[in-house]
Amino acid sequence: MSAHILPKRVYYTIFAILMFCTYLTVQIAFFDLGPLNTIAALAIACFKATIVILFFMHVKYSTRLTWAVVLGSIFWFAILIALTMSDYLTRAWRTFG
Amino acid sequence: MPDAAQHQHVPGLAHHFDTLDQQTEATTLGMWVFLVTEVLFFGGLFMVYTVYRYLYPQEFAAGSHSLDITLGAINTAVLITSSLTMALAVHAAQLGQRKLLMLFLVATMALGLVFLGIKSVEYYSKFVEHHIPGPDFHFEEAQDQLHAQLFFSLYFMMTGLHALHMIIGFGIMLFMLRWAWNGTITKDYFSPIEIAGLYWHFVDIVWIFLFPLLYLLGRHAH
Repeated sequence: MSAHILPKRVYYTIFAILMFCTYLTVQIAFFDLGPLNTIAALAIACFKATIVILFFMHVKYSTRLTWAVVLGSIFWFAILIALTMSDYLTRAWRTFG
Repeated sequence: MPDAAQHQHVPGLAHHFDTLDQQTEATTLGMWVFLVTEVLFFGGLFMVYTVYRYLYPQEFAAGSHSLDITLGAINTAVLITSSLTMALAVHAAQLGQRKLLMLFLVATMALGLVFLGIKSVEYYSKFVEHHIPGPDFHFEEAQDQLHAQLFFSLYFMMTGLHALHMIIGFGIMLFMLRWAWNGTITKDYFSPIEIAGLYWHFVDIVWIFLFPLLYLLGRHAH
């Protein structure tokens, strides 16, 4: 059987890290760090998503084809955000409501 | 290599696959390709959120501040725990532990129901506060009502679509529970549980991003 059976200990560890990161991100939100608030929140969320994908979803032990599909979706989303925002961010003629 | 005659004796192996391993890899890949379409689905909404938050930061911060951060955080913890029980369900399936598999599936479903219950409490309070976009909408904390409505439209659209996925996930788990109960799931044929788990974890990941973007924005602003 090629399926890699992870020991339960791994799942419990990832769970603990996820809960701690949730606690962290909530606490950080109560301090005014300016633009760092958004960066911190997104960084923590990306880290949480990464460990869910790697360990809970077993991608760390999956075929390279699966990796390609997963990374492809992230790449697609990055293009969506980057190209769309580069449009809005360069509209110097906009007026605020 | 199993020959054609052996195919009939391998439970769960479809005739167009040579081995269970190959079938498991194919089904896992198939579920991942579907999850990519889900990234497209939710990605569009996250894009809209990004644009309008950039354009109207004040109204978005004010709208975010009106959400209940405690309930949101509890829901995040509930979903993370349900991902743990789901991973443990797959683990039990891989080891052929039928009763434990059923227990963890039920636990996952129960946590999903808790999440939906808390969500409905939140939705109700939004209804009472007149924060549901439409003719009854009124949001005191922002100057521009239209811009404030954008935040709440996104809030309901994104969390609503997410909740719909949770409900569908609950239905999928019912099927998994039935298969676990009637012996369809074995130590060798556990891939339905695995790919149901992939779906469930994905829905968890969507919430992992929804929570900070919707609830944690304007926390310090007031």
